[in-house]
Amino acid sequence: MDYLLETRNITKHFGGLTAVDHVSVGLRAGEALAVLGDNGAGKSTLIKIISGVHRPDEGEIYIGGKAVRIESPMDALAAGIETIYQDLALAENLDVGANIFLGRERMRRSLGILRVLDDQSMREEAQKVLDRLDIEIPSLKKTIRTLSGGQRQAVAISRSIYWDAKVLIMDEPTAALGVAEQKKVLNLVRTLKGQGIGIIIISHQMYDVFEVADRLAVMRRGLLVGERVVKETTPDEVVGLIVGSETVGKERQEGRTAETAEE
Amino acid sequence: MPNANATKPIAARGAGPERAGSVRALASILGKRWVLIFLALETLYFCFKSQGFANLNSLQILLFYGVLVFLLATAELFVIVTGGIDLSVGYVLGFASIISIKLMEWLGPLGLGEPLTVLIGVCLTLVIGLVPGLVNGWLVAYLKVPPFIATFSMLGVCHGVSELIINGVYAMGLPKLASDIGSGYLLYVGPGGRASLFQGPVVDRGVTVLDIVPNIVVVTSIIIGIFAFVLARSKFGRHVYALGGNMDAAIRAGIPVKRRLLGVYALSSFLASLGGIVYAFMYVSGKPDAGASLLLDAIAGVVIGGASMFGGSGSVGRTMLGALIIAVLDLGLRMSGTPTFDKYILVGVILILAVIIERYMQEKA
Repeated sequence: MDYLLETRNITKHFGGLTAVDHVSVGLRAGEALAVLGDNGAGKSTLIKIISGVHRPDEGEIYIGGKAVRIESPMDALAAGIETIYQDLALAENLDVGANIFLGRERMRRSLGILRVLDDQSMREEAQKVLDRLDIEIPSLKKTIRTLSGGQRQAVAISRSIYWDAKVLIMDEPTAALGVAEQKKVLNLVRTLKGQGIGIIIISHQMYDVFEVADRLAVMRRGLLVGERVVKETTPDEVVGLIVGSETVGKERQEGRTAETAEE
Repeated sequence: MPNANATKPIAARGAGPERAGSVRALASILGKRWVLIFLALETLYFCFKSQGFANLNSLQILLFYGVLVFLLATAELFVIVTGGIDLSVGYVLGFASIISIKLMEWLGPLGLGEPLTVLIGVCLTLVIGLVPGLVNGWLVAYLKVPPFIATFSMLGVCHGVSELIINGVYAMGLPKLASDIGSGYLLYVGPGGRASLFQGPVVDRGVTVLDIVPNIVVVTSIIIGIFAFVLARSKFGRHVYALGGNMDAAIRAGIPVKRRLLGVYALSSFLASLGGIVYAFMYVSGKPDAGASLLLDAIAGVVIGGASMFGGSGSVGRTMLGALIIAVLDLGLRMSGTPTFDKYILVGVILILAVIIERYMQEKA
């Protein structure tokens, strides 16, 4: 079991509330793991711990089998964990190249002494990574404001990939998109998997999950209540796990635990 | 049947949208170019309205009297691109006009000679002039005071400190060299085509000497050119746009947002202080309210130049066009003998118009 990213017994309390309760979950390279759960189930908190926004009270995070300390978003980035939030964090007034290189701009020398922005080469690099991910954007000179929701998502993902993301966390990637655009983003997720990137998707859309995820992890009240291989489960069962219809959930979970023990 | 029904309304509407479309296209072109069109019409109007407006020399006069607006508009632009505002620039200008003269008065008796006195005076003023900006930036970036409040308070502080320093008497003791620079020209062409730099030839009364480009316009152009480059081509400039466009994105991209904001307010104050020095050199006096009425002009220049008050857009070039509209209006009204109050009213009206046009263009986009 070589996990690219693994959490062991991650626990986080907020006052008297246990938002995440001894959660251990793993992600392999080239795999998409969906994290599901109702509002307040703890999935956002778990994700925020992995991406360095929150610090866990207990538990460890392993990357490629090595324990890592993730105490800030910068630590997570340095470890190759990129998070794409719903708001995408793009500067809408700047173009695609400028956004991909935001905060890490490429400079060139002009007239021998002046250091000026090298927009040309930033756009060329942007084009390369877009090509690699089969993303079409008509003109890279246009500002983000003029792009569609799906294109923006693609730019945000490209930025992560350009900066060598090994693990990509996507928070509700299709929530604000039209149907055609949703398809494109899901295709993009497949492409990323094909390139060996591990992806964690948080989503409410059961369709997305069954379309692209390989495995899913269901959380309820801070606990990991079930892990399933997507091919071996049904939406009904997953909904049962999410809302806590014990009959469906527990039985299966116990069966699964037994299996794991055997392995 | 449903098909026939569906096509009908589209066909019926066909003629309408086409005409509306071309009107809209025209409106869009006018909307984008209105600053240039307005500037051209305004200039034409004053050429007819006031005698002597339409000659090359009034272009020099226009730029000469416009420099303070150009400097303050550039300062304001940086702050507005971040989504903030700097209300203190006018009184920082006044403060610097006083400080520069007082410093030179104080340095004069030390026997350094005029050139050194002027040079040290200017440099010290620029350093002291950074202080209001650093305080503004610190308040805005680190203590999260809204820019409006921070810089409005700084306006009051600068005004008060200025009054305390001059104690009721305007600062007047500017070295002669400084006032010579302030009223001098880069190039003089005397009779017989003899040209000289900086110093005009001594000629008899009635002999005309061509004066080409006031020194102050040269210096201001260079400085504004440098800052235009900084905003458009440097990493700092890119970050300024980024934090005006999406502060959150800028933070997550690892941009040192607080340091950048501090830099922007310091830069604004630096340009305003430079304006104060220029004012002192031009008018050989320093007074607290030297730049009081320029705040409206500067903000108007930036907004007419198409920058959004919400931040993230604007350029030095377009801001200069906006500021030119104000400068032409100012000179035109002066030359046609209209009281200056008319100017304030007109600037106010044009500013409101600019905001409405910007809003309209944005909704369409």
